[in-house]
Amino acid sequence: MIKILNVAYKNLLRKKTRSGLTIIGIALAAWVLVSLLGFNKGYESSLNRDIDNLGFQMIVTAKGCPYEAATLMLKGGTGLRYMPQNITEQIAREPEVEAVTSMLMQAVFDPNKGESGGYSAYLGVDPATFPQMKSFLEFKQGKWFTDPDALEAVLGYEAAELEQREVGDPLLIIEKNVEVKVVGILKRTGTQDDGTIFLPLNSVQKIFGVKDELTGVGIKVKKEADMVQFEEKMYKLPDVQVVSLSQVKQTIMTLVSTAKVMVFSIALIAILISVVGVINTILMSVMERLQEIGILKSMGATAWDIFKLIWLETLILCISGGMIGAALAMATAKLTEVLIRQLLPYAPSGGLVQINLSLIILTFGVVILIGLLSGVYPSWKAGRVRPLEAIRSQVE
Amino acid sequence: MKENGQKVIEADHLVKIYRRGSEEIAAVNDISLSVKVGEFVSFVGPSGSGKTTLINILGCLDNPSSGKLVLAGRTVVDHGEALSEATLTKIRREIFGYIFQKFYLIPTLTVIENVMLPFTFYKKPGAENDVERILKLMGIDHRKDHLPGQISGGEMQRVAIARALVNRPRIILADEPTGNLDTRRSQEIGDLLKGLNQKEGLTIILVTHNPALAKRADRIIELRDGKIYAPVHA
Repeated sequence: MIKILNVAYKNLLRKKTRSGLTIIGIALAAWVLVSLLGFNKGYESSLNRDIDNLGFQMIVTAKGCPYEAATLMLKGGTGLRYMPQNITEQIAREPEVEAVTSMLMQAVFDPNKGESGGYSAYLGVDPATFPQMKSFLEFKQGKWFTDPDALEAVLGYEAAELEQREVGDPLLIIEKNVEVKVVGILKRTGTQDDGTIFLPLNSVQKIFGVKDELTGVGIKVKKEADMVQFEEKMYKLPDVQVVSLSQVKQTIMTLVSTAKVMVFSIALIAILISVVGVINTILMSVMERLQEIGILKSMGATAWDIFKLIWLETLILCISGGMIGAALAMATAKLTEVLIRQLLPYAPSGGLVQINLSLIILTFGVVILIGLLSGVYPSWKAGRVRPLEAIRSQVE
Repeated sequence: MKENGQKVIEADHLVKIYRRGSEEIAAVNDISLSVKVGEFVSFVGPSGSGKTTLINILGCLDNPSSGKLVLAGRTVVDHGEALSEATLTKIRREIFGYIFQKFYLIPTLTVIENVMLPFTFYKKPGAENDVERILKLMGIDHRKDHLPGQISGGEMQRVAIARALVNRPRIILADEPTGNLDTRRSQEIGDLLKGLNQKEGLTIILVTHNPALAKRADRIIELRDGKIYAPVHA
């Protein structure tokens, strides 16, 4: 018994070139759709990862305390406020927190620095948590401290240049008259870390005589956590101020969303073009076969039978195109990434085009929807043709 | 095996008017006739005499402007009012098998697939058991796996006739079935139709310009200007 699907398939074979070109049109639309959606997903998650790699998304400092070196310098190395060290444990207990790290910032005036002297910023960090949280920091030379109480220093790229130190060199902390050993020099990061001298937290506390006190706590918040809500919670701690990177992230993500609208617009245009192509192909095919449709109706085919037949033809075209397009997108994902990286040299690191099963399923859904929608008009038109009008259509 | 007597088609004062601008043309002008079960009737006449229009009305492919049509005891048109298109579709597939001058075979389907095409939409119970017999009857059983492009015009028309027969119709409507064939093939098709009428007991309504083919019928009705000019008994 011959099935309607078989008839639909064989009908498409009658005009192989036209059917083939239509399938190519749909495949290109599907390719663009998968690639753009994959790029969108990949770019967003890469950007997210890069932002997360900044280390902590939030710093809690004592109220009024400068939270970054530049402000401390501007204040002439003064104005430091302290929080008790146990605040770190208190913060770490919050369910939204993924990791915390204690920090103690100090500044020392060095009259030999530059022409008229300058401040050196020392940041005491917890060797157990800080390097993990700032895992993106790379060493030009050396490594992190060997011991939490060691008199060792890791220099930011610019700090090393300024102090003219290399790994193994001694570094004198003027005023305190304490000498520490340089054990590592970081690569340039483009952040304030470049100008910072890192020491173990315990050592800074000892050297500067601020036992059990901190100037800041860096917090990495869990991905699923509500940042705003958590920020409010942090403000409930006594005498603290909260500096959040969530605003920065939000601004970047707003920019990304704008780009996303553009990406979707392009995908939409590609889809519209393929819809018009499909309608054109099927409509032409219906017009050319009007007499035949009349004969099918005289054989007993109902309007619904004809509708189904033409609709199936549209679906076959769309599903074939969708499959080819998705396969093309998967096969060329790497190439697309290379091209994007050439166009966007400052694109985030990691996989920029992420094509996964859910994306393929989504694209298939869209392509089938295209098929269903673009098949409606030609199928309806074919279905409502009266047999005699159809049979006569070319005779007259 | 003819079962004579019972009327399968009863047409009463059928009129079909076409409008061309302000002009009205009566393609079928007050025709009344009846066809008995198992009868073979030919309609002849010059071009424009209304033969095809009449056969289309009788075959529920077209609606008359006025008149009454009863098929196998069921009133299909009364006072020019026809049944719904859906009901007419059911009547068409139950009662008729159509053969046209053009064969309208689907070029990408094989002979047997073309013959069985009506089953895609509707199948009378057990009709599939007749397919092989019909292919043999039409002399195309050896061609069943060929595509239409690989067979002759005469064979293509045989395929079209086989397709019209697979759903066990009560009436075969053939509109110029030999119009695209040479004399020898026309004669073969004439033999086939006559055989279907005599051996299978099928009622056959034929429209033709071919006098030799028309003469195969039990009754020849000549039309002129949309009217029955002369009923002639063969």
